[in-house]
Amino acid sequence: MSEKVLMKGNEALAESAIRAGCRFFFGYPITPQTELAAYMAKRMPKVGGTYLQAESEIAAINMVYGASAAGARAMTSSSSPGVSLKGEGISYMSGSDLPGVIINVQRGGPGLGGIQPSQSDYWQATRAMGHGDHRLVVFAPATVQEMADLIYDAFDVADKYRTPVMILADGMLGQMMEPVELREAISPEDLPAKDWTTEGHKNKRPHNIVNSLYLTAEDLEDLNVERYQRYKQIEETEQRAETFLAEDADIVLVAFGATSRICRSAVRAARDEGIKAGLIRPITLWPFPEEAIRATLPTAKAYLTVEMNMGQMVDDVRLVVNGAHPVDFYGRTGGVIPTPDEVLGKIREIAADLDSAKGDE
Amino acid sequence: MADQKEEKVVFQRPHSLLPVVTNYCPGCTHGIVNRLVAEVIDELGIEGDTVGIAPVGCSVMAYNFFGCDMIEAAHGRAPAVATGVKRVHPENIVFAYQGDGDLASIGMAETVHAATRGENITVIFINNAIYGMTGGQMAPTSLPNQVTQTSPYGRDVETAGYPIRVCELLSTLDGVAYLERVTVDSPKNVRKAKKAIKKAFETQRDGLGYSLVEVVATCPTNWGMTPQQAFAWMRENMLPYYPLGVYKDVVADGFANAAEAASARSAECPIAHPSEGGEA
Repeated sequence: MSEKVLMKGNEALAESAIRAGCRFFFGYPITPQTELAAYMAKRMPKVGGTYLQAESEIAAINMVYGASAAGARAMTSSSSPGVSLKGEGISYMSGSDLPGVIINVQRGGPGLGGIQPSQSDYWQATRAMGHGDHRLVVFAPATVQEMADLIYDAFDVADKYRTPVMILADGMLGQMMEPVELREAISPEDLPAKDWTTEGHKNKRPHNIVNSLYLTAEDLEDLNVERYQRYKQIEETEQRAETFLAEDADIVLVAFGATSRICRSAVRAARDEGIKAGLIRPITLWPFPEEAIRATLPTAKAYLTVEMNMGQMVDDVRLVVNGAHPVDFYGRTGGVIPTPDEVLGKIREIAADLDSAKGDE
Repeated sequence: MADQKEEKVVFQRPHSLLPVVTNYCPGCTHGIVNRLVAEVIDELGIEGDTVGIAPVGCSVMAYNFFGCDMIEAAHGRAPAVATGVKRVHPENIVFAYQGDGDLASIGMAETVHAATRGENITVIFINNAIYGMTGGQMAPTSLPNQVTQTSPYGRDVETAGYPIRVCELLSTLDGVAYLERVTVDSPKNVRKAKKAIKKAFETQRDGLGYSLVEVVATCPTNWGMTPQQAFAWMRENMLPYYPLGVYKDVVADGFANAAEAASARSAECPIAHPSEGGEA
């Protein structure tokens, strides 16, 4: 059973989260994610769920921490400056092995920045979402449909590996309307049981503890090592990417989220001009889809990473390409969205460089 | 065997207090209050339904001491974590156990907002006017002129401001059902403290609203005193600044719960009473 409706990305995320069995949403107002919270406020009471407007982003993520410890699928959403505030709680969730979903509808930064779309929280999401040795699974949708679909995976992955998961969207995806097919709703009662939760032991088992404090260095090391074994498993099994004309491409573009849509247009235009361009679109930013990029190393001659920032994911692309080919970057920042023509211009430049290098041989 | 007497247990460890060694210093009042909370949990028969939230501070490891399910929260965030648990399982009894730095400094926003939302949780607040775990720094409740590691010349109210009186502050909030300030410096006061803690848990059990018990406590280690000297200093200096007593009790005030008291207080506000006097 599915139905096709016209929805904003933010609303699709909210509706799908409820359908994925989430009944607890804790948020704080911030542009450009406001529709998500407003949708939750309207919808949650109708499905027996909880919408709670927290006093701060910090309180909101700690309410997610509590609700998750109590066994529920819980989530919070925000935009860049608010997500910085959630860093503390996300680190504690990692340290306490608590699942949960955090939405970041990115806007320009740093500081208060702007309210136009951006991808400048890539580093934060994939490198430093809070203190300590830990990782966050990060999904990057590129369409409203994908926003609706990935939230199911986000909750499943969070529960499976007992880890916080982020959906890294941006103001463009959050605000745009597209037709979306909503998936069948899951009842929270039908979700797999969890044996580690703190919801009262009913005098039937020893007490459960949700905690991230380990004062003995060796104990903390052991736990971190165990958690990184889980991360390794995630890296091996959860990498996701979509490729578009990349198999025979000389120039492989790498772009995620809204930017990938612009790059797709640019790739088509380049092909029309006889330039063999292709696109790899990471759907998971961590784990980074290394395998998809590595698969193109034998055929590609150059890579171009396009982002709405000053160059962040390009680091990960360079780590995979590892000097085998040149990796170029094109980006706009501060809320400016690159155009297909700008990207095409950059593709032409790279194509010209490749041609002249060929001529030199 | 006529001389063998029948054994009668007159005193034992509460079931919900686990047989583990605590990390509290000798003479610290945390141990007394931990025990009182456990006795109340036992007497109300709620261990299996209770979830406790431990803070950051001297009682950080309280998750190891209580037999009920326990959660360790980030510094100051216990009321937000408690809110999350309580919203998922309203039938659970959820308590947060917090010190003065945790509750009244870094966690003041969480404290005030959980109280004003009328979260049906219980907070046990230990006020010993100092940061104990980190070695004796000035707390939000340190007294004027009190010497600490970070107020070495005494707390100067000109630059460091005044102590926060938590019960007085929270008593203005409509979501609050019950607030009492107690101490544990004598058997009589220990009994009164237990009565208050029990009443706070009962307030939650009966769904009346937010409840908090502030325990004026000591820190012999960081105050640099013997336990007896610390109690004397506390009686002499803290109790005049933090008077003991009930600061809010909506039931004693003649209301069924915090919501009814709030409704009466705002009787003159039309939007707060949409059904009264208007059309259906």
